[in-house]
Amino acid sequence: MDIAFTEEERAFRQDVRQLLRDNMPPELRRKLAEGRKLSKDEKAAGVRVLYKKGVPTWPKEYGGAGWTPVQYYIFTEEVRAFPGWTQFGYGESLVGPVIYTFGNEAQKKYYLPRIANAEDWWCQGFSEPGAGSDLASLRTRAVRDGNHYIVNGQKTWTTWAQYADWIFCLVRTNPEAKKQQGISFLLVDVKTPGVTVRPIELISGGHEVNEIFFDNVRVPIENLVGEENKGWDYAKFLLANERFSDAGVTSSKESIGRIKKLAARSCAGGEPIIDQGSFREKIAALEVQLKALEMTQLRVLANASRQQKSAQDPASSILKLKGAEIEQAIAELLMDVAGPYTLPYLSEDQLEGNEPPIGPDWAATIAPGYFYSRAASIYSGSREIQKNIIAKAILGL
Amino acid sequence: MNFDLSEEQQLLKNSVERLLADSYGFEKRRTYQTDAKGYSDAMWARYAEIGLLALPFSDHHGGFDGGAVETMIAMEAFGKSLILEPYLATVVLAGGLLRLGGSEAQKADLIPGIAEGRLKLAFAYAEPQSRYDLFDVETQAKKDGGEWILNGTKCLVLHGDTADKIVVSARNSGDTRERNGIGLFIVDADAPGLSRRGYPTQDGLRAAEIILENVRIKNVDVIGDPEGAFPIITRVADEAVAALCAEAVGCFETMQQITLDYLKAREQFGKKIGSFQVLQHRAVDMFVELEQSRSMAMYAAMMAGEDDAIERERAISAAKVQIGRSAKAIGHESVQLHGGIGMTMEYSIGHYFKHVTMLDMLFGDADHHLKRLAGLGGLSNGQVN
Ligand SMILES: Cc1cc2nc3c(=O)[nH]c(=O)nc-3n(C[C@H](O)[C@H](O)[C@H](O)COP(=O)(O)OP(=O)(O)OC[C@H]3O[C@@H](n4cnc5c(N)ncnc54)[C@H](O)[C@@H]3O)c2cc1C
Ligand SMILES: Cc1cc2nc3c(=O)[nH]c(=O)nc-3n(C[C@H](O)[C@H](O)[C@H](O)COP(=O)(O)OP(=O)(O)OC[C@H]3O[C@@H](n4cnc5c(N)ncnc54)[C@H](O)[C@@H]3O)c2cc1C
Repeated sequence: MDIAFTEEERAFRQDVRQLLRDNMPPELRRKLAEGRKLSKDEKAAGVRVLYKKGVPTWPKEYGGAGWTPVQYYIFTEEVRAFPGWTQFGYGESLVGPVIYTFGNEAQKKYYLPRIANAEDWWCQGFSEPGAGSDLASLRTRAVRDGNHYIVNGQKTWTTWAQYADWIFCLVRTNPEAKKQQGISFLLVDVKTPGVTVRPIELISGGHEVNEIFFDNVRVPIENLVGEENKGWDYAKFLLANERFSDAGVTSSKESIGRIKKLAARSCAGGEPIIDQGSFREKIAALEVQLKALEMTQLRVLANASRQQKSAQDPASSILKLKGAEIEQAIAELLMDVAGPYTLPYLSEDQLEGNEPPIGPDWAATIAPGYFYSRAASIYSGSREIQKNIIAKAILGL
Repeated sequence: MNFDLSEEQQLLKNSVERLLADSYGFEKRRTYQTDAKGYSDAMWARYAEIGLLALPFSDHHGGFDGGAVETMIAMEAFGKSLILEPYLATVVLAGGLLRLGGSEAQKADLIPGIAEGRLKLAFAYAEPQSRYDLFDVETQAKKDGGEWILNGTKCLVLHGDTADKIVVSARNSGDTRERNGIGLFIVDADAPGLSRRGYPTQDGLRAAEIILENVRIKNVDVIGDPEGAFPIITRVADEAVAALCAEAVGCFETMQQITLDYLKAREQFGKKIGSFQVLQHRAVDMFVELEQSRSMAMYAAMMAGEDDAIERERAISAAKVQIGRSAKAIGHESVQLHGGIGMTMEYSIGHYFKHVTMLDMLFGDADHHLKRLAGLGGLSNGQVN
């Protein structure tokens, strides 16, 4: 056992730093440092820099960087610290691995390079109004009609659908079968006639999620991934990737750094908040939890074989659960620091505009961030569902 | 010991609850919110009609001689419906300052206007550096013959954008964080030199930043001792905390109810989600928080009029700690138990979550009050016999 990174790993870190310094547009870096919103084009530009050596989490043969999990971890650390973290939909993280694992040659050839070049923005069409935790009860129908499927139904909570070029959907192709056995995995061009995207406003004020309606949408049969009625298997693979992938350790570390800086600048009771014993203890306690999670993450990564994520170390199952908890605790600590100055509400447009802020300029996004953080224990499998899975699959209850 | 409401208090409770049940549903509230003022003047008039705006004032000035318990009853009902109107700002805060510190002439001049719904007030206590310390005042008041000249910046003035008059705390002697040397000044909202920038708050209410540049005030518009107003300020702040605790309890009650209704209606896996034991336990935890908070809001109401400042502060801080902690617990759980729908503006629960979050921040969050209480040696004197 050795806590230090190897010499090669340290050299890799230097390479990543160099890559970011040489290629990341300064304007983008500045915006990220200020916590501003990026446009779709800016995100594409950012992601192209991050994908310069290949898509970070993919194997080499499909246009990936072919890095080890530890290398990828170092990469995220550096990118977060730069800061240069950008994401272009769910192509890399969710649908890409499904396509290269279960898709046919034509699909791999067409879709994967377009993801690697940040040409297609993908969104995830799983949840429906009646099918959240009980995803398998989904009702959006796809009926075969010659060389097409005719899709009718509704998806909801679709993150970033307003930017999306494509949506990957779970659709019901056999309503007679047991619910998990009648589902297929279908790729739909969002511009197809009959697809309507409607925004949902979140309590954090932003436009992030949407409802999507499908009204007699004609989807070519070559957009089916794998076999008809086997979609649930691919969905489980995807959900396991989603759950086991990111505990957000590097972004949480960055946030704790931010809390310390802000707490040094803000006073309560006439002294800097950072000098108050009770506050320091709160931060230290959170750092202990985060260090434990980081070590767990590294332990998992060091053992992992990227190809078999679902057969990973059982400890990997706690990453999302604990990661979300820490993310939420961070949002609470930020509220503690900003205190009453979180009260004014600025719309997204005002935040991006030139109007002078009300109160400290950094405080305007703190309360929205706190409200949004509550979603971390709801999306990609609620906290309760995660625990149900761990109890059953890992503890054997 | 008696926790029952008197017959009159019960009537008050019934009438305010009936009014809000009839005219303050979630959709109606949404409409009121779209008014440029951010609330409904028509509802304000209804509050005046049933006597809510006169509640805490003496009957000499057209009031009802109500105490903290009457205020608690009104605030709890307001919390249940998440009302938008400037009751706290006008009646509890500025009204409280007048009631406890105002001269007979000031009371006779202003209180009937409040009670009849003609006059709205705000209290400008916070400043960019002051955070929760009400004595941390940089705004300057300088005596100039029979007048005062005010200069400074006040922030987070609740409903300061639509108030007709604003009571401003300002210093005319001492250092920034000294308790002595602070006065209270009644300023017309359209006084020359006063500018204000109104904005919506995170929970959909309104507030303002107020800048004072050589604003001239007449001597008759000073409340009480121009150098010794701090005891009145703390007293009113303590009353306000008691009122906020009651408002929060009203919110909690509705949050609990909405969540229970959802648990009994929403189905996943072919069952009501309320049949899952883990969610039942969470609902029980919420219920425990609600009842503990209710008890502490009553405690705060009964102690808000306590003359021994130390005893009063202890009780008020203890209540605010409970309320702040419960706001988090109930807020988090009620959203969680709803899943995605709980995160949306279309649905009501998130609005309550945001409001109780902001209630925690008013007049000191739970951590602030825990520190104050600990500084006072806790709730008991800790003497060993
Ligand atoms: C911000 C955000 C972004 C999202 N992005 C996407 C996206 O891009 N694509 C997409 O497809 N979906 C997305 N989702 C949807 C998300 O996956 C669902 O919200 C989630 O699966 C929960 O479903 P639900 O909202 O229907 O809640 P429900 O399933 O109705 O859950 C309500 C409550 O019941 C609990 N519960 C349910 N079943 C059980 C059980 N068996 N035992 C114990 N408790 C249970 C839940 O934990 C929750 O507390 C997003 C959601 C949010 C909030
Ligand atoms: C100090 C002590 C004093 C006691 N005094 C008395 C007494 O005076 N008179 C008397 O009659 N009994 C008494 N008891 C017994 C007590 O009532 C039982 O221990 C209790 O009912 C639990 O039953 P059990 O021990 O068989 O555990 P089990 O019922 O086997 O429970 C084991 C665990 O499973 C949990 N569990 C069980 N059912 C459920 C469920 N449906 N949902 C969720 N979790 C569940 C329990 O909470 C517990 O954690 C006493 C016990 C203790 C420890």
